[in-house]
Amino acid sequence: MKKSFLVIAALAGGFSLVKSHAQQNAASVELHTFHVQGNVYMIAGDGGNVSVQIGNDGVLMVDSGLTPNADKLLAEVRKLSKGTIRYLINTHVHPDHVGGNEKVFLAGSTITGGNVTGDIGDAGTGAAIIAHEGVLNRMSAPTGKESAFPPKAWPNDTYFTKEKKLFFNGEAVQIMHPPAAHTDGDSMVFFRKSDVISAGDLYVTTSYPIVDLQRGGNIQGILDAINRMIDIMVPAEKQEAGTYVIPGHGRVADQADVVEYRDMVTIIRDRIADGVKKGQTLEQVKAAKPTLDYDGVYSKPGSFWSADQFIEAVYKNLSAKK
Amino acid sequence: MKHFLILPVLALALGLPALAQKDIAGEWDNRFDEDFLERIPGPDIGDYLGLPINEAARRHADSWDASLLTLPEHQCKPHPSDYGIRGPAQMRVWKEVDLAAQTLIAYHTHIFWQAPERVIWMDGRPHPPDYVPHTWQGFSTGKWEGDVLTVTTTHLKTGWIRRNGTPRSEDAVVIEHWVRHGKYLTVATIVNDPVYLTEPFIRTTDFVNNPDQQIPAYPCEAVVEVERPQGVVPHHLPGTNPFLAEFSQRFGVPEQAARGGAETMYPEYRIKMKTFPAVSKAAK
Repeated sequence: MKKSFLVIAALAGGFSLVKSHAQQNAASVELHTFHVQGNVYMIAGDGGNVSVQIGNDGVLMVDSGLTPNADKLLAEVRKLSKGTIRYLINTHVHPDHVGGNEKVFLAGSTITGGNVTGDIGDAGTGAAIIAHEGVLNRMSAPTGKESAFPPKAWPNDTYFTKEKKLFFNGEAVQIMHPPAAHTDGDSMVFFRKSDVISAGDLYVTTSYPIVDLQRGGNIQGILDAINRMIDIMVPAEKQEAGTYVIPGHGRVADQADVVEYRDMVTIIRDRIADGVKKGQTLEQVKAAKPTLDYDGVYSKPGSFWSADQFIEAVYKNLSAKK
Repeated sequence: MKHFLILPVLALALGLPALAQKDIAGEWDNRFDEDFLERIPGPDIGDYLGLPINEAARRHADSWDASLLTLPEHQCKPHPSDYGIRGPAQMRVWKEVDLAAQTLIAYHTHIFWQAPERVIWMDGRPHPPDYVPHTWQGFSTGKWEGDVLTVTTTHLKTGWIRRNGTPRSEDAVVIEHWVRHGKYLTVATIVNDPVYLTEPFIRTTDFVNNPDQQIPAYPCEAVVEVERPQGVVPHHLPGTNPFLAEFSQRFGVPEQAARGGAETMYPEYRIKMKTFPAVSKAAK
């Protein structure tokens, strides 16, 4: 329920609401660490899930949770590794995923060339914060306006292409950008040797996909991203395990879970598209209950993203003039 | 000297089976006398008779298209543990024992079709938290209640209670009672699903001990059976499934009854059915 309020506020652009509410609840939040496989762990709790990759090179994190939980998050990370936090990758701009950026940045140190740190005093200060440039564009307010985030929380290592690659802790790390999906600045991160994908909110197990129209989201982009995930994932025997996904919210999943989710999103998209094709109004489409068979799973009472909100977002996407 | 005497007595006492427990380990062969049509030829599309399902489950099943199973990512799925024993399910059950203490850690099962393997933990461990992966077989713990092994399963993947798209959600908690009578084994399965069922769904499945049974391997390799653009998911839009009435017409079952619901599980429903308009069987 706490999370529901936070994300709704975030989607509405109410970052200050997010902050004050989250601060009230920070003390009671309990974070849980789960070893997914290989070098990769998930830290779950209030806010979005955080992925942590550890090894001889140090620590790489994907997302930083809510601002008030940052100290607890760092304490959990420190239980896993005393290594230097070198990278923080943001999957998208929402405050439940970038809220801890500043503290993670300050707790880390970027990798610099041999003499650079000596020549430029603060060159090694802070972890590298990698994100698609869409995240930076939205975190740093337009000229003349004040950003909701302090500058040290902003991505300092952005990319604008389809993909960015690293090699860290003995494995290839692919950062992939699906255009216009959950937002317009999404990334999903594939740890190739550990065989784990950190999906951000492109895939969640607790709700229908959130299509953040205000920030460039698009239902077809979400489906394309999920299908890309399915392509990358290789299940082990019995269509189970193999590649795992850390979702933006909810439990760790494998390919069969993502396929089930993809099927659900596709079926509902097709039903709404059929209504749009027949010239039905949004109210008529809602009255037909296109999500009826999945509401008990993805739109539970108190859910932060209701079936009606999902239907409305998809309807707007599909009925928009091309 | 006293402890030398006590030890053999203790050893004798602990070597006895716990009161009324009956070991379920062994090779078990299916018996299909119960629910044969549903289990082996398979259920008809639109047959929800006797299932305590709600409107959401009906919508899910009405939309289901068997062509979904041609997608490579669907081809190697095993049945979930609450359905797998329905068959074809030649089953092996074996014990995992702590070698030092000789206590039972777990029962393991292996079933022929798609070769799923399952663990029923008997050592009192708790069920895992909600953020860990769900599996086809779920997380099962067992305890003896007299001579009945009662098993509780959580953390299941989304599954089915009938092979025609009738869903069972991953929020379900499944209770089983494994009962052995000599060479016979009966498993009573009770599915509690807050998402798709209005009442617990209960059914029994029978096995006969067959020590000569050899379960063959069941390898599965997914292939492209139908070329489709990426992302296509076969399904029927609401109101367009042309096969929904076939069951009703084939067996002369009133359409209202074929739609299922909790009341269709009970014998009294036969009296109510007599008030429905007669359905003529379709010509063969």
